[in-house]
Amino acid sequence: MHTTPEEEGLAPASRYAERGHLRRVSDVLFQRAETTIFIVCVALIIYFSIRSSAFFSYTNVVTMAQYTAPIAVIGAGEVLLLDLAEIDLSAGQVFLTAPWFVVLLSRRGIPLGWAIVVSLLFCIAIGAFNGLIVVGLRVPSFVATLGMNYLLAGLVLIASNDITSDMVGTSGKFGRFFGIGSWAEGLWGLAIVAIIWALLKGTRFGLHTTATGGNELGSAEAGIPVRQVKIWCFVIIALICGLIGIIDSIRIGSLDPAAPGLNEMLSGVSAAVIGGTALTGGKATVLGTLIGAVVLGVLEDGFNLIGVSANWFILVEGAVILVAMAINVQLARATARTIR
Amino acid sequence: MSGTLPADSPETGDSVERDAAMSGAALRVDAGRPAVVEQDIILRAEGITKRFGALIVLRGVDVYLRRGEVLGLVGDNGSGKSTLVKILCGFQRPDSGRIFVDGKEVGFNSVQEARARGIETVYQDLALVSQLTVYQNLFLNRELTRFGRLRWLRNNAMRQLARQYLSDIKVDIPSVDALVETLSGGQRQAIALARATRQEAGVLLLDEPLAAMGAKESALVIELVKDLSHNHGVSMIIIDHNYTHLFELCDRLNVLQEGRITYDQRVAETSVEELTELMVTEYRRRVTVGERELKR
Repeated sequence: MHTTPEEEGLAPASRYAERGHLRRVSDVLFQRAETTIFIVCVALIIYFSIRSSAFFSYTNVVTMAQYTAPIAVIGAGEVLLLDLAEIDLSAGQVFLTAPWFVVLLSRRGIPLGWAIVVSLLFCIAIGAFNGLIVVGLRVPSFVATLGMNYLLAGLVLIASNDITSDMVGTSGKFGRFFGIGSWAEGLWGLAIVAIIWALLKGTRFGLHTTATGGNELGSAEAGIPVRQVKIWCFVIIALICGLIGIIDSIRIGSLDPAAPGLNEMLSGVSAAVIGGTALTGGKATVLGTLIGAVVLGVLEDGFNLIGVSANWFILVEGAVILVAMAINVQLARATARTIR
Repeated sequence: MSGTLPADSPETGDSVERDAAMSGAALRVDAGRPAVVEQDIILRAEGITKRFGALIVLRGVDVYLRRGEVLGLVGDNGSGKSTLVKILCGFQRPDSGRIFVDGKEVGFNSVQEARARGIETVYQDLALVSQLTVYQNLFLNRELTRFGRLRWLRNNAMRQLARQYLSDIKVDIPSVDALVETLSGGQRQAIALARATRQEAGVLLLDEPLAAMGAKESALVIELVKDLSHNHGVSMIIIDHNYTHLFELCDRLNVLQEGRITYDQRVAETSVEELTELMVTEYRRRVTVGERELKR
């Protein structure tokens, strides 16, 4: 970049004229990380609605909302951490462990409401522990939360004696509100994602999260309490994953002690990444993650609907991640060139 | 540079409180140096030491900055200049030593505390977040918010203020919504400087504000620094390796060698040649010492 001082900033009048409207619309479209996944999402919905008349039926839309909600919530939590250039591999296991806390507490005669509150407090403690290990002992989050993942998985296996259990609270008004109502899980999921979106997009905390992920030393030099920001993000993801985990198992009605939490976590991370969130920090989109989760939900449901085996779903999920990522990276490079 | 040297004649300058405080002024006269009137001193550090493990970086630094003065800090790489700045701005805590602002002893536990005392810093790495926009960087950790504890960002208000301020100090950038990663080196430097000066800083600490910039790019930053010093009376400590810049910008020069201030002279009473000589001599001495140690 060889430029004269006039070009560099000493010019009396700005050399940067306002851009035309058309240019701005195309800028918004192509600079937004969510664009690719949104197009993929619309294409999939069109494809499945043509292939199956049941796709837009009421029950199927409800089913899709139920598939999507946990992925979207775990994904939204991971967005906070990816924004920090960290990751929480234990999020899926927290999602599975929280309802076990509720069941185990209920077995000891603790009322359901209190069992849920205490279980969520456990989740907060798990998140804080993750955060303190990462910030205090400087263990990379990948390793620290992997350890936590197996710790919790083992805890569930031991406490349950590896025996499947019924979930508690699956009846009455309470149950309807917390999961068995058709829309309960979808609406809870949407509400949680909306809160995370507002937190990241609109608040000082969200900005400091992005700043910390983008330039940790610089943010600290600017006086941002980067360690506190990190710990809070670990707490938030554990809390929301625990909450949606409890709701999800109230809907399903039973608990499997051997369910692998890493799968749930990876679905969330996939949603975040195909939605346009960078693994390297400082670039995050909750909206993209929500669309990414819808894509994964639509895929799973659509394949069920048109009678394709679940094995194909996994293959296509892999293809979607690869293609969406390739397009995102290429688009980002192309826009970077046009800016210069 | 007129009007920025309050040192030897208390009548010059603009400080009212100095006149009021003159009666109780403690005079410190070091041999061969101008008298230092205590009430003229906006920032003083005494006996600052800092070590990182086995490495002793600062071995008792005494440094002072007069109101409205521009002090240049020179020293070899690794002589502790950046560490000193990071201690003065509250980013790091010294192992021992005392810091005074306006004659009152302070103990900074954070950058925020130093900022509250009017000490602003432009770090060597600029401390900008390239993924954020110009206005977000300008207000980083000083965001305007509403709705109380929710700390909801007032983005439009910040955009407007950023636009206004940058045009006031004649910094030309594509848009306050531009990502910092799309800006040139000179523009980034200007944004970092603008962030430090937006809030009427009393003391500005500049760690190599012209590093990694071409002569032409530097022009913008030099103009900004001059304007702040001459028209806004901001006191500054500038670290730089380029003596031409230092002699153009500074009123006084300090040399930091092996963790101590070894030289303190007004720019008017020294020259590039003298300073170069001093640094070269010191460099040769250390090379000789190094060779001797190697032979052993």
